[in-house]
Amino acid sequence: MSATTTRRRRVRLDSTAIVYLALLGVIVVGALLVGSVGRNFFSDGNIRDILTGMSVLGFVAVGQTLVILTGSLDLSVPYVVSLASLLAADTMRGNPANIAQGVLLALGVAALIGLANGLIVTKLRVNGFIATLGAGLIIKGYLDTMYKGSSGSVPREFQLLGATGLGPVPVSTIIMLAVATLAYLFLRRTRTGHHIYAVGGSLDVARLSGLRTARPIIVAHVLCSVTAALAGLLLASRLGVGSPTVGSQGGYDLLSIAAVVLGGTLLAGGRGTIWGTIGGVAIFAVLDSVMSVMQVNPFLKDVVRGVVIVAAVAVYTGRAVERRRPRFGSASPRADAEERAGTR
Amino acid sequence: MRRRNSMAVAVIGATALFAMTGCTTDPTVDEPGGGGGDADSVEWFDQEVYDRQAAELEATPEGPEGQPWLQYIDPEMIDTAAYASPGPKKACFSNASIGNPWRQTGWITMNEQLKVLQASGAISEMETRDAQDSDDTQIADIDYFIEEGNCDAYIISPNSTAAMTPAVERACETGKPVIVFDRGVQTDCQTTFIHPVGGFAWGIESANFLIDNLEEGDKVVALRILPGVDVLEQRWAAAERLFDESGIEAVDYFTGADPSEIKKIISDELAKGDVDGVWMDAGDGAVAAIEAFEDAGVDYPVMTGEDELSFLRKWDETGLTGLGTVYSNFQWRTPLLAMQKIFAGEEIPKEWVLPQRSIEKEELAAALLANDGMPDGHYARFGGEDLPGYPTVWQERIIP
Amino acid sequence: MSTPAATRQTSRLASAALTLVSPRGAVFLLLALLLVAVAILNPNFAEPGQFIRFVQRVAPVAIVATGQYFVIVCGEFDLSMGSLITAQVVIAGNLIGQDESRSVPVLAFMVLFGAAVGLVNGLITTLLRVPSFIVTLGMMLALLGGVLFWTGGAATGNPADGFRQIGRGGIRDVPVVDIIPWSVIILAVVLAFAIWFSRRPFGRTLVAVGDNVTTARFAGARVWWVKTAAFLISSLSATVAGVLLVGYAGVHPSVGRGYEFIAITAVVLGGVVLGGGRGWVVSAVAGAFALETLFTLLNVAGVPSTLRDAIQGAIIILAVAYSAAAFRSRRRVRTAHASPTAEATPPGETAPVGHADG
Repeated sequence: MSATTTRRRRVRLDSTAIVYLALLGVIVVGALLVGSVGRNFFSDGNIRDILTGMSVLGFVAVGQTLVILTGSLDLSVPYVVSLASLLAADTMRGNPANIAQGVLLALGVAALIGLANGLIVTKLRVNGFIATLGAGLIIKGYLDTMYKGSSGSVPREFQLLGATGLGPVPVSTIIMLAVATLAYLFLRRTRTGHHIYAVGGSLDVARLSGLRTARPIIVAHVLCSVTAALAGLLLASRLGVGSPTVGSQGGYDLLSIAAVVLGGTLLAGGRGTIWGTIGGVAIFAVLDSVMSVMQVNPFLKDVVRGVVIVAAVAVYTGRAVERRRPRFGSASPRADAEERAGTR
Repeated sequence: MRRRNSMAVAVIGATALFAMTGCTTDPTVDEPGGGGGDADSVEWFDQEVYDRQAAELEATPEGPEGQPWLQYIDPEMIDTAAYASPGPKKACFSNASIGNPWRQTGWITMNEQLKVLQASGAISEMETRDAQDSDDTQIADIDYFIEEGNCDAYIISPNSTAAMTPAVERACETGKPVIVFDRGVQTDCQTTFIHPVGGFAWGIESANFLIDNLEEGDKVVALRILPGVDVLEQRWAAAERLFDESGIEAVDYFTGADPSEIKKIISDELAKGDVDGVWMDAGDGAVAAIEAFEDAGVDYPVMTGEDELSFLRKWDETGLTGLGTVYSNFQWRTPLLAMQKIFAGEEIPKEWVLPQRSIEKEELAAALLANDGMPDGHYARFGGEDLPGYPTVWQERIIP
Repeated sequence: MSTPAATRQTSRLASAALTLVSPRGAVFLLLALLLVAVAILNPNFAEPGQFIRFVQRVAPVAIVATGQYFVIVCGEFDLSMGSLITAQVVIAGNLIGQDESRSVPVLAFMVLFGAAVGLVNGLITTLLRVPSFIVTLGMMLALLGGVLFWTGGAATGNPADGFRQIGRGGIRDVPVVDIIPWSVIILAVVLAFAIWFSRRPFGRTLVAVGDNVTTARFAGARVWWVKTAAFLISSLSATVAGVLLVGYAGVHPSVGRGYEFIAITAVVLGGVVLGGGRGWVVSAVAGAFALETLFTLLNVAGVPSTLRDAIQGAIIILAVAYSAAAFRSRRRVRTAHASPTAEATPPGETAPVGHADG
């Protein structure tokens, strides 16, 4: 009896643990490869490079996790990122007094875009893929028409955000991890957070249980766009200007989805964790950094990324991970309660 | 209760982390020069730069005969004696990308040039980081080089002008020579900035060619690759103004260099009426444009393309009235040679303006003969004829 | 007093009209409107010669939409189509070169290569149970990177003219239309095959698998083979489109870029639901035509190219919203008629991505 429950508990725990094991593996291999060309993987500069690479994608991926947990998708993020960077840089115009204004404007507009996405998905009943694809195209058209190139300028004080660090750890990474922590707590401790899981797990069951299914989805979309705006602000700080192409340059839509799935979140929704996503983002960052140090041909970098994405996800799903937890008839009521309490 | 406590703890923790920042700040993050206050959208036409480039087009370059990659126009020389030192040096190259045939050709040429300089002992190695067209990545690349690269000199081909400026300034702060080429940045802290005459010059030459060969009221379709790239925007800015002034009706489209798009755009335009001329801001996809005329069964237009071999070959084959405008591909050789000169203490121009000579009808046959066997994505003005590995390395298109 | 025949007549007309405004049929209405709009702005468009050339340039998109239709209707995604087209185009350019005699062997190789890619996509999705979104995303990155690496950036230009005639040429000196392009003939063949296939038991099983995998499995369908077959069809359709594009567009690394999103958009415009289980292949092809006609309309109307994306985005959202609303209202009507003990609430058929299990 207890053997069965232990086994089941161990199987479920591994989802996020596997990501971090994989991350460990990638770091070990990376350190060896980097050492073979005479560099130190754990040097300040290298760590900073990896953590910087994590920050922007991390913001976007945290938001994307929330949306995917509800069973939707957000493909408009790259354009929201670009728009946020432009709005912020244009409002600030190099004047530190305008920083708060710029930040608020960027976050506000992003929240509205997220609201629109959420409403299209819930009220018009359009699939998240299509709704956000369409929304992204609309924003892209706006960006292409209104902006002919980079624009605005970011004051020094705000640029510090992208340039300062705590030792080798950039401030931007710390902020990103703080936001990730807030998202984690939101999902675990608030009612809306639990509703997000419920709605993603099964929309009908959630509705029949009495939830207003629209609200968590809308909230998830709003938060996703807001975190994308945070990414845009970080980029504005690093670039010193706003740019209409900075979002698409990074491929943040597909990469964030890949990071989320890599982190163990189900694309269908209902299962997944923020920390898994951060682990996925970290794997990408380490991979990119190691390939750059090794001066790998840029075309091959894409091949490696593609293969790693598929291989890594295949590792979880190849195992017999139960998508539907047994609701009744489990060996021990305590194990049942533990399963229902958290989705770790 | 517990929920509120843990939220409070999280918030306090986050604030504490914020308060601890400032332990390391990059002191070179400077106040942006000139402050903001610019208009929302960048206006690309700049009369002063336009006039300067128009003059440079006419000027005779100085420098060794037959080696345009070492020639310069109207130079203001700087003294590099401070950098002079013996022994092979390490170059750190931050490349925007090799994402289009022009950059790929240049990259191959640069590596062949590197071999020559390695053999002569001027350069020990060149470490490259490719940013794959991303500003954010390139900034991180430059910072990595500054921190970890043990570089003796920085060579930077910026992805975009404004966004890369802070990073280039940080590189300058290290005190090592910084060589910027191709697209520029909004600072002049670098040791030298290498580029051909420029986008306005391209626009001037190509537009004037079309104007000379067409009549007032004729229609020109302008095929542009992407918005927002300054080297490309300047070309169109100059051309558009000239077309306006001479009464040529010009309509522009963005194509993304997709031949399929180009064909559709031209077909749609031909369906609307006559198209007498085609202007392109880069050579990619020129063949598709010409084929659209063939498919519609109408006369070939007057056309300006680029020194990309696909266009040159099609131009020769069809006998149309054409011009191969050039954005000198051999500029990829110059940064390494400049680096050699800097460490030898020789004088070099602060702004190294390379010659930019279009390929005209008279030169077409010779250019094709010299580049026989090269792939279609190769550029005639690659300037690598005297490098080892010619012609095989370019023919086989081995990307280093 | 109306005779039974007359009643049947009117009800047939009524049902035809209903079909036209249903999601399935709405795309045809949209297509008709767009075609008329283009013809008004540019009367040359309606000329048979011009029109057939228009069909020629839509052919690759329509063929790709057909392939994507089969994948979507069984509940999956294929994001690798664009990269596969680029890869095929570059392979054709590089391997054929100027030697026309190599056309047929290289064509055979391209078909095998396309089938291999489809097989890999299908097997990883079904046997390793990786979501198709991820598999095809990874394949998209790997294919494009691999092909660019192999060819050093795909610098080789167009291959010999003979091979290119498939996409560019046709039967000449035909009365009325002046030329019947090979692309149009190939499109007709592909469409005929698709319609035939979707009526066969296997084709219906595909739809059943998309609707409810568990039931289909219990009914005896070999789900892994069904889905893999869908991916095979999709990859082969991308290959055919690649062959046509070598002729139409030439060889260039940006040929085919974004085709997967265009295909998904076209399929969705045609009323096919993401998540699978519903849809008609002809609607998907009509969706492709509607999309291309929209682009042509924007070109002809002189809309600045920067606004095109915004218009495309808005149309996509509106079309799918209309689809979803129309379907729900019909469903409610039907269940209300069907039985008084109909479910209180219609089941949530607006399946978000991947909601269908498997």
